[in-house]
Amino acid sequence: MTYRWGMVIDLDRCTGCQACVVACRQENNVSFAGEDQSGKGRAKFWMNLLVEIKGRTYPEAEMHFFPLPCMQCDNPPCTKVCPVEATYKNPEGIVAQIYPRCIGVRMCISNCPYTVRYFNWFPPSWPQAYEKGLNPDVYRRRKGITEKCNFCIQRIRRAKEGARKENRKLRDGELVPACGETCPSEAITFGDLNDPKSRVSRLAKSRRAFRLLESLGTEPKVYYLKEGDWDDGT
Amino acid sequence: MEPELLARKYDQVLEPLKKIGWPFWITVFLLGIPFLWSFFTFGWQYAHGLGVTGMGHPASWALYLVNFVFFIGISHAGALVSSVLRITHARWGTPFGRIAEAVTVFALAAGPTNILFDLGRSVRFYWVALHGQFKSPLLWDFTCIMTYLTVSTLFLYILMIPDIGLLRDSFPRRRWLYEFLSFGWKGSERQWQRLRKGIGILCVAVIPVAVSVHTVVSWVFGLQKQPMWHSTIFAPYFVTGAIFSGIATIIIVSIVMRRVYHLEGFLKPENFNNLGLLLLTFTLLWAYFTFVEHLVVGYGGGPEEHAVLWSKLSGRYAPLFWAMVVLCFVIPFPLLVFKRSVPGLFIASVAIVIGMWLERYTIIIPSLVEPRLPHARGAYAPTWVEWSMTAGLVSGFALAFVLFSKLFPVISIWEVEKEGEEGGG
Repeated sequence: MTYRWGMVIDLDRCTGCQACVVACRQENNVSFAGEDQSGKGRAKFWMNLLVEIKGRTYPEAEMHFFPLPCMQCDNPPCTKVCPVEATYKNPEGIVAQIYPRCIGVRMCISNCPYTVRYFNWFPPSWPQAYEKGLNPDVYRRRKGITEKCNFCIQRIRRAKEGARKENRKLRDGELVPACGETCPSEAITFGDLNDPKSRVSRLAKSRRAFRLLESLGTEPKVYYLKEGDWDDGT
Repeated sequence: MEPELLARKYDQVLEPLKKIGWPFWITVFLLGIPFLWSFFTFGWQYAHGLGVTGMGHPASWALYLVNFVFFIGISHAGALVSSVLRITHARWGTPFGRIAEAVTVFALAAGPTNILFDLGRSVRFYWVALHGQFKSPLLWDFTCIMTYLTVSTLFLYILMIPDIGLLRDSFPRRRWLYEFLSFGWKGSERQWQRLRKGIGILCVAVIPVAVSVHTVVSWVFGLQKQPMWHSTIFAPYFVTGAIFSGIATIIIVSIVMRRVYHLEGFLKPENFNNLGLLLLTFTLLWAYFTFVEHLVVGYGGGPEEHAVLWSKLSGRYAPLFWAMVVLCFVIPFPLLVFKRSVPGLFIASVAIVIGMWLERYTIIIPSLVEPRLPHARGAYAPTWVEWSMTAGLVSGFALAFVLFSKLFPVISIWEVEKEGEEGGG
């Protein structure tokens, strides 16, 4: 059976440190928009961290965090509207973007109910010192095309190559995207949803599990565990 | 009738083709500046990226899409109205025929150009044909618009052939052009027969094609998950709005042509009166659709829809929304009921065209800036780039008319003549 990659984000464990946001930016060569352009809505966050503050003063004040990558829908609204098939759902369930094919129509962006697709309004740029640290495994994109989170597809590819040499399937937990690897509170779990014994499959069945805007029928493969009573999904 | 006699009888219609004075050059100059400026702007945008516009997230589609829908809308009246009027033998519509068909072709040239401006990689626009995916509504658009452009260009051209034949005989200095375009027209019985047959087929063919075009244009929005776009009445709503704005454009162009070229003898108040009644019908239809659309969302819509609805009714888009209602209904309705005179129609039509542009704006932008997830909500304001391109399109559209009217008669001579013969017995 093929893999079906999924992610579980435990909101109770998330401390809002934004390490996932930084690690993702580093791993995937997500360019910097700068303060001015961010104000115009040109910032890119393949992994975003939403913050909600309730109440003003201690002890009533409460902060809630919500990491937001691409939902990797099983029924993605974005792929079917592309007139040139520059985006598609790959056999392992990842909604991937084919950069050389993209002509920048942006209909995928407007049809994404999660607003997690990003456009290159200008040629991508990084601070000079940062450019040396760009990931050589990842294409840097160019102006006029759309980009998005792809569950660190380059890591998946490399891990699968390694496993194939040893003639075996990937082990659960062997492969993690940059956001999951860096998360200090281990809030992000990644794995194969087709394997019922994988940690991600068990957590997805937790009583705490929910998916974002589930009523739209997009069938996201990113699950959230809501804050509240603990449950390991066992 | 002999060509010389015919040319003398319709001297007033052929007059603009004969002399090119300084008002013409001033007009061309004034329209040419914004038109050429838009080429520079496009180059600027192409070199620097779409970031020079006001677009961003979440307003990733904006003024270009508004202009796209607006111009395609205008293109509807033309072929559709003139073919429906022909099929129903509504004689009063004959003098408007040529203008209506030309409006269609020029608006259809202006509309899809916006997609070219809007693409991240404009030079790769032909990939839509090369790698076309029929599951995408955009490809349906591409197919329908190209079909409509072909059919309506043929429509304009075929209906012009007998007149071009007349021009070839009356303007020896431009014979090289008209000779080629007249397609060997001699006015023989066999040619007339074929012409009538061709027109008959095109008249019928153009109706479903025109309806399909604005249907799929509406589906570019209606098939998406955005709140207030996902509506089942979008297709008829858009088609109605398209014909509405199109008729208004025909009236504006006709009144301007009538005034500038002194065509009062052909475009008579009674012709305008009937066209005004048609416009009144569409004013009411448009108001009905607008009311239905917003009432249903307000009564049964979810919180995401309500966020968009209230931003239109009483929020940041309220000034534009209510301006649209005033321009599309409050101003034209009483005028069209009580005062279908030429100045009255002119005011009503100008109001409608501006109002319909605002309608496209208030359909597209508020939904985009209020996406489902509240964190992504944002704002949009066009920059000089979008305004320059809009000005370029409008002036290009007008310029096309100015040049067209200097090369071809804006009133179909042979059709008016035929009707005169039939009417006069």
